[in-house]
Amino acid sequence: MQFALHLTMDTLRVGVIGLQGDVFEHISALRRAFEDLGIKGEAVWVRRPPDLERIEGLVLPGGESTTISKLLSTFGLRDILKEMAGGGAPILGTCAGCVLLAREGDALVYKTRTELLALMDMSVDRNAFGPQRESFEANVDIEGLGSYPGVFIRAPLIKRVWGDCKAIGTFHGKMVLARQKNLLAASFHPELTDDTRFYRMFLGMF
Amino acid sequence: MPKNIDLEKMRHGTALLKRGFAKMQKGGVVMDVTDASQAKIAEEAGAVAVMALERVPADIRSQGGVARMADPTKIIEIIETVSIPVMAKARIGHFVEAQILESLGVDMIDESEVLTPADPHYHIDKTMFKVPFVCGARNLGEALRRVHEGAAMIRTKGEAGTGDVIEAVRHQHAIMGAIRSLKGKTKQEMFTVAREIQAPYELVVEVAELQRLPVVNFAAGGIATPADAALMMQLGSDGVFVGSGIFKSKKPEFMAKAIVEAVTHYDDPGTLARVSKGIGDPMSGINVADIPVEKQLQNRGW
Repeated sequence: MQFALHLTMDTLRVGVIGLQGDVFEHISALRRAFEDLGIKGEAVWVRRPPDLERIEGLVLPGGESTTISKLLSTFGLRDILKEMAGGGAPILGTCAGCVLLAREGDALVYKTRTELLALMDMSVDRNAFGPQRESFEANVDIEGLGSYPGVFIRAPLIKRVWGDCKAIGTFHGKMVLARQKNLLAASFHPELTDDTRFYRMFLGMF
Repeated sequence: MPKNIDLEKMRHGTALLKRGFAKMQKGGVVMDVTDASQAKIAEEAGAVAVMALERVPADIRSQGGVARMADPTKIIEIIETVSIPVMAKARIGHFVEAQILESLGVDMIDESEVLTPADPHYHIDKTMFKVPFVCGARNLGEALRRVHEGAAMIRTKGEAGTGDVIEAVRHQHAIMGAIRSLKGKTKQEMFTVAREIQAPYELVVEVAELQRLPVVNFAAGGIATPADAALMMQLGSDGVFVGSGIFKSKKPEFMAKAIVEAVTHYDDPGTLARVSKGIGDPMSGINVADIPVEKQLQNRGW
């Protein structure tokens, strides 16, 4: 992983889209990863377009994808976010964020008329495991990291990837983590664990 | 559930999963609904979850009688209608209602004082369930007793079904103030605090260090307008429950959407002014001061 660039540069500013969901947990996880890597970084709560100033990358947190999707449009963040992704800014989406990054959803996504960002060449099944009582913890296998504690809460599954999108994390053969150039989508919640390896991998994409 | 997954390697119902579910609700609005069409409106407006119940608190209050868990038919109808999480209420101490709700596949159970209590001594042992629970509290001691019993989320009790926010504000101040007052206390002092507020010592110490509850804390009980919701957020709530406030208002669709936006931008008066325009009449409500203490729902539970 290359960090040489940022060691000599100004503070790395990473935004967390903070309209709804576990925003604070992502900010804390970013701070822990900055500290572990010894880089100067700042995690910024983003609710409006001006908050994106000097932001170099973004996190779309866990939460409710229907709610977050509506608020992205209401508060004018949708188009800017897509522009940033197109411009090469690293973007991580977890759980609801993973759903929103996908190009295609399942029947649930269409039934609720959830507008996806359609940035990654993958199709995602929302809430693929059933109600909350079926939520689970289990280790997942991630390329380059090995075994990692996966926290799956009413989690989606990545059903299909194509084009430049590649599955880089699996759980029993099911795709739970995908990467397409500067974009990373996880169906689980790395922000809820103390293991900073995942965030260090994401920061390696800057 | 996808087939051919090794179930042995999966851990269900852990505290991390239960508390994690509540964290995903943060910054959101949970809305009371009594049927599928209301649930649909709530989802369209951007609710993070719906609370399925037979009657909204305002009707329970005016109609009286024993208020129980909602009919499973109704709950299933709501689960099948929306994609967002569905919560439902069980009576305080009624662990069988909770077992039924868990088997129906509700995502969270509210052990609620809005329903008629079923047990004069005990709350439900929430550690026995895979599904997470939310419980009401008026003060820090009550909140920590519920957390100790396994609650994954706390909400202020407020005074449900009134549209009067004063009790929710009172309870939020009580909890936040008690947490602030723990700052800098010695171990000996915290032993005494734990005894006085009747809460486990370990949880008192944890709260003193975190300077917040160890679980997500929502506001509930009397929130009727976008301004009420933003007030509770500015007082430190992680999100809000709106009960009668939406479907007892004149224009539920507008009220629901306005409250959702007010919770996201709770600290921006410009946005709050914009969303407060043209939302129609809120529920007419009752002043809590006019309700005799024995008729107040918040005094149920211990």
